[in-house]
Amino acid sequence: MLTLDQTTYEAIVAHARRDHPDEACGVVAGPVGSDRAERFIPMLNAAMSPTFYEFDSGELLRLYQDLDDRDEEPVVIYHSHTATEAYPSRTDISLAQEPGAHYVLVSTSDGAHEGDTPLPIRSFRIVDGQVSEEEVSIVSGDAADGVAGAERPRNGG
Amino acid sequence: MAIEVKVPTILRTYTGGEKAVSGSGDTLGELLDDVETRNEGIRARVVDGDELRRFVNVYVNDEDVRFTGGLGTDVKDGDTVVILPAVAGG
Repeated sequence: MLTLDQTTYEAIVAHARRDHPDEACGVVAGPVGSDRAERFIPMLNAAMSPTFYEFDSGELLRLYQDLDDRDEEPVVIYHSHTATEAYPSRTDISLAQEPGAHYVLVSTSDGAHEGDTPLPIRSFRIVDGQVSEEEVSIVSGDAADGVAGAERPRNGG
Repeated sequence: MAIEVKVPTILRTYTGGEKAVSGSGDTLGELLDDVETRNEGIRARVVDGDELRRFVNVYVNDEDVRFTGGLGTDVKDGDTVVILPAVAGG
């Protein structure tokens, strides 16, 4: 199961809406081994494409150097699909190279990028080409504040 | 002195779990050949034929080698090489 705080969830959705019709991407980092998604880091989609995303090479290096310095890892790797459902594409599966990460998808298709209604997000593990969906639990508060209230499951898998 | 090669999580199966290994060579290609002799299998995850794999990034002293000559990029003792899988998808 992936647990995300409300603030981070909203930040991912807002990023996806902002970059529509291109795909948005980023990570949520947390202490190594903790499985806690705490630090939201939106990334540039160097592909600037509605059908592809790739972290900019220079940003990627700085990201991993920064994570290393902080003893963090990418707990969540998120991206948006802007014309299809929030499920890993064949390309997503073949290029997934962080077996420890939660791959989070949000879809802005069918006009979902407009307005401010909550968008469902889904989370997957992708290991050796095998996809398994997992439940996502959105908790109130902001992980950075250490405030987490009652759990409120959303779009469980 | 040697050249330090930082290895991403997904390739640590080839390094006995080590986050970094060391090697020698005058070019990135030679360095990877040398690293391969002690970490069998790692080279093929980075190189395909005579080219770097499209979705693996390699940096020498923070410079992406795609802009500095790929496998022909010069390396020397004291340099730091970082291998990072691309984070990409569709």
